[in-house]
Amino acid sequence: MKKENDTAKNGKETHTDACTPSGSGKETHADACTPSDSGKDTFPDKCFRVLSPTAILGYGFPTSSFEAGMRENPHVLAVDAGSTDPGPWYLGAGASFTDRNAVKRDLEIMIPAAIEADIPVIIGSAGGSGGEPHLQWNLEIIREIASERNLSFPIAVIHAEIDQELVREAVKAGRVSPLHPAPELKPEALDATVRIVGQMGMDPFLKALDTGARVILAGRAYDPAVFAAMAVRAGFDRGLAIHMGKILECAAIASTPGSGSDCMMGWLYDNSFEVEPLNPARRCTTLSVAAHTLYEKTDPYRLPGPGGLLDLTETSFTAVNDRRVRVSGSRFVPADAYTIKLEGVRSLGFRTVSLAGVHDPIMIGQMDDILASVRERVTDNFSTRRLSYRLDFRQYGRNGVMGALEPHPEEVPHELGIVIEALADSQETANTIVSFARSTLLHFGYPGRISTAGNLAFPYSPSDFKVGEVFGFSLYHLISVDDPCELFPMEIVASGSGVHAAGRGEGVRPRADNSRMTEVNP
Amino acid sequence: MKVKLRDIAAVIRSKNSGPYELTFDILFKDADLYEKVCRANCISADVIAGLYHISPDQVINVVHFTPAHAIKSTIIRPIASGDPGETDVYGAQQHAPLMELVVEIED
Repeated sequence: MKKENDTAKNGKETHTDACTPSGSGKETHADACTPSDSGKDTFPDKCFRVLSPTAILGYGFPTSSFEAGMRENPHVLAVDAGSTDPGPWYLGAGASFTDRNAVKRDLEIMIPAAIEADIPVIIGSAGGSGGEPHLQWNLEIIREIASERNLSFPIAVIHAEIDQELVREAVKAGRVSPLHPAPELKPEALDATVRIVGQMGMDPFLKALDTGARVILAGRAYDPAVFAAMAVRAGFDRGLAIHMGKILECAAIASTPGSGSDCMMGWLYDNSFEVEPLNPARRCTTLSVAAHTLYEKTDPYRLPGPGGLLDLTETSFTAVNDRRVRVSGSRFVPADAYTIKLEGVRSLGFRTVSLAGVHDPIMIGQMDDILASVRERVTDNFSTRRLSYRLDFRQYGRNGVMGALEPHPEEVPHELGIVIEALADSQETANTIVSFARSTLLHFGYPGRISTAGNLAFPYSPSDFKVGEVFGFSLYHLISVDDPCELFPMEIVASGSGVHAAGRGEGVRPRADNSRMTEVNP
Repeated sequence: MKVKLRDIAAVIRSKNSGPYELTFDILFKDADLYEKVCRANCISADVIAGLYHISPDQVINVVHFTPAHAIKSTIIRPIASGDPGETDVYGAQQHAPLMELVVEIED
């Protein structure tokens, strides 16, 4: 794998060095960006344009915004599909947190438009978690679209799932360290881990762009990488490109009113970049863009990523007009060692939950004691069976949302939502525990009880829900690598049969309208 | 004067910063209010720790971010996102105690 990467890297360097003005007439078209004219000098207005249709693939966007974005002649359509936000289950189960039909709807608009405009589509963190099943799930959707639209195009697929054994060896070699405040990686935690992904940086995308693929579908990736890679390949500043990517990755969330399901456009220049939402109902203000820099970050001035740090200490935000903001001064500081973030999950067992409500004031007033008694009864009832489980009761209306952080746990509400939950080593045991706890609580004779028909209001029949296997994070660590591509093998696959759309660079058509390019030049 | 943060902030929010951290953003309504709060030095690691009943060593930082008129603090999550006992997988509803925080700033 290492050797292949070296070859690819060398190949790219040769190729970049050999960058010459391309065929007749083409050099007058700034956006005829082909593998043979990817250098910045081939951008007459020194402007690289990125269209970000939506915050997460599948979150949707208005077609009017998308069409307005396409009229700006973007050089790339990029979208981030993932996050660890929805929690560990999706990585463990190999399932997407976005809906298949919704993802297909977005790609059904994006892919044909990009092929028509002769620009690539780059998708990062496929299927949300970016593991192998997530990647295959998204690939199948793309192939389905290609088949339905009678299109054929090359797809670069970049894998991000990482073999447990590789991580075990890296731990032995001292190349794995926890990302504070994640705990040290114990061997048993690694043994219990069911799936690991690595968060790729820009380099695998540079390699994929070299192949001329029309769609680049990547597993888990650093969010800004999909937006920044093609610009960096063309010679634009890495720090500015990454910072622009950081804003574009959430699409119109950085505008006001913010939205995760609307398009945002970025214009990258030599010493600055600009962002503007494509829906006239929204605008970017210095405040909305600067505020986004804080979002989900520990330190807004220093943002670590693969291969280095984005330093925003000198960044300034200025209004170009009442809808567009210019950002400058962001710098990329390369790290001494190239590290990749690993995310991994272990099985926690199987879960069953039951939902109910309580409105009796006599009962609500002594809820903690009642639940403790029910717990005792459950323990006692199955004491001879040696079941392995964890039983939890949640009280919505008291501390259901904040748990240990709740500032007012003593306040007594007039109504209480109860969740009875069991986590066990089998679904059967989890079912047994929840069922028994539920029936015990339903008929429990607490002191002073005058409502003797039943203690719980169930919104549903059946009252108990079998969740299946659930997962918890076990890896949130950095692994140091010699080659930024070594963990991320790539393959080129065909989208299927249909009318063949050439790889980029073959048969590039002159673009109809380049007049806007000068308009956006600062 | 004594004011509640909810009366001088345009945004008060919480969210995960990765599965092991919870981060709070307070964006003040204008530069003047932001500077007054900074000068009063009324949002510190100790104040955050007190508000959430956690030990100050669980507060990773308190950062002043002038471009957004914002003060940001990040704490270590009581448990990793999605672990048994989780109440808020995204960490998006842990901000309310900050809304009620009373601070003393210049008139």
